[in-house]
Amino acid sequence: MMFIFTRKRAVISLGALVVFFLPIVAQLTGDPYLISLGSRILIYALAAVSLDLLLGYGAMISLGHAAFVGIGAYVIGIFHFHSFDSSPLFTSPFLLSGSENGLFVLPMAVLAASFAALIIGALSLRTTGMHFIMITLAFAQMLYYFFVSLEKYGGDDGLSLYSRNSFPGLDLGNDLHFYYLCLAALCLFLFFTCRLVNSRFGLIIRGAGNNDRRARSLGIHSNSYKLVTFMIAGGGAGLAGALLANQTEYVSPGLMHWTLSGELMVMVLLGGLGTLFGPVLGAAVFLLLEEGLAMYTEHWMVYMGPILILVVIFAKRGLFGLVTGGSKKDD
Amino acid sequence: MLLIIEQLLNGLQLGITLFLMSAGLTLVFGIMQVINLAHGSFYMIGAYVGATVAVQTGSFLLAILAALCAAALVGAIVEIVILRHLYKREHLDQVLATFGLIMFFNELTRIIWGRQPLFMDTPGWLSKSIEIIPGLPYPSYRLAVIVAGLFVAICLWLLFAKTKAGMKIRAGASNRDMVGALGVNIKLLYTLVFSLGALLAGLAGVMAGPILAVESGMGESILILTFVVIVIGGIGSIRGAVAGALLVGMVDTLGRAFLPTILRLVLDSSTANSLAASLASMAIYILMAAILVWKPRGLFPAHA
Repeated sequence: MMFIFTRKRAVISLGALVVFFLPIVAQLTGDPYLISLGSRILIYALAAVSLDLLLGYGAMISLGHAAFVGIGAYVIGIFHFHSFDSSPLFTSPFLLSGSENGLFVLPMAVLAASFAALIIGALSLRTTGMHFIMITLAFAQMLYYFFVSLEKYGGDDGLSLYSRNSFPGLDLGNDLHFYYLCLAALCLFLFFTCRLVNSRFGLIIRGAGNNDRRARSLGIHSNSYKLVTFMIAGGGAGLAGALLANQTEYVSPGLMHWTLSGELMVMVLLGGLGTLFGPVLGAAVFLLLEEGLAMYTEHWMVYMGPILILVVIFAKRGLFGLVTGGSKKDD
Repeated sequence: MLLIIEQLLNGLQLGITLFLMSAGLTLVFGIMQVINLAHGSFYMIGAYVGATVAVQTGSFLLAILAALCAAALVGAIVEIVILRHLYKREHLDQVLATFGLIMFFNELTRIIWGRQPLFMDTPGWLSKSIEIIPGLPYPSYRLAVIVAGLFVAICLWLLFAKTKAGMKIRAGASNRDMVGALGVNIKLLYTLVFSLGALLAGLAGVMAGPILAVESGMGESILILTFVVIVIGGIGSIRGAVAGALLVGMVDTLGRAFLPTILRLVLDSSTANSLAASLASMAIYILMAAILVWKPRGLFPAHA
């Protein structure tokens, strides 16, 4: 395959350079705070990219994506809780004890979130349009209330972690190591989703997103494809949740609150719907804007709201479309 | 037995509040095909304005009047300035823009009224309890809410079923292009319907003021219940809103009141209590999931 140097590729390469060298620059200039902000951006970007699979490709407008972030985080929190007081999670049908091993708990978080997505998706995908929006929202709220009332794991107050997970070859307590783990997770997921959306599977998802009836009349059982996409997106969000739990060393039902689902949506749209790389940019801009506005006023939301409305009304293709220029077709 | 009647009345009261919220929202969904997350903000605005006027003037009726005007006015402004541009856009854009509105209104109330919740007194003439049946005193304010809600529901029904404006609204819900082609001023109709929905939400807000704490973000918890109501009832259907609101109000209230007792019959008390707490807070969502598996378009779909 010939490598063509398009403007889009230039922007992505530039972004990759910035992201890769940011911690080194931050260390040199003595701003370690930037590293943890950077990790936070990478984690939210991961969640936003996974949501973009649903919004931008499958036309599944889920307003409950935070549920999977929360489940991923709670898997880390619960394994940590049991590892700390060395009690088993459950004893039947097999014994499962707590764990701190990142190589075990991170995949578990992805699995648990995908499994939750399987159940929620199977029920929600019976509906379309506005119903789908509200049902995904309601399921997320249901899980939110479930964890609020789960006294064993802290209920409303959530769980505090006493340390980050262990990971062979890395010291996750070190912000620099943690940053590169987040970067690796994001890159892996981006690579996977890019391959996915350009495969036959991705073609079907996009087709079904554009015109579900036509896809079905071509003999494609589009709902199964949508459900698998929903699971993949849920898994990505679960991974983001697991990393977020490690970063903040704290897990609470607040992670499932629908405002987080809304913010993730904002990141996707701000960056550019259906572009995969756009949401990364969107997450960075959203969080930086939040930080920047919060420096001037505690009432930053009173500015963020109108900015958001303006973006929706005037900038349809998002920031990524703005910086890469050209039409969506040339990628 | 008395406890059951009391809880049934509480359920009815929650159901009526939910009906006031969902009637407006379902109309906006049905007629303009627009999803409005900021509907809860009108509820919050009604509650805040009502609480402030009640404290300043001491008159509860003035408070209601002010809350209605404020909610309807803000609703009309929101429709004209923002939502009007989003009718032809995708649901996703509408969700995001109205999400921005929520951020704006929540923070604005924090700037104007501060972070501390306001508390609104029950008006003096409604502060006593009434003995509805012997041995069961019930707060007269809650009874008044039920009566007022039923009154508004009947007025709404008269408006839709018996007046010309109502006919246009119903026509708009079933085929808006045709109504426009027949020479009805659709823009004005939309603004009025939206404003009416905001007014109902404001009424629900000010009536909830003496029962709940008036605080920033109070609109979202009720908004999500309202969504559940609308999904259960069927989008765009007033009948569905009535049925859904009563169902959700009853299931939520009765679940919280009686699940612990019922579960204690079969489980030991600490397990029963924690399980009942989880189940009660999830009950309406489980109900919704069950109804959707059975009828994906809700109980009374508007465009069957």
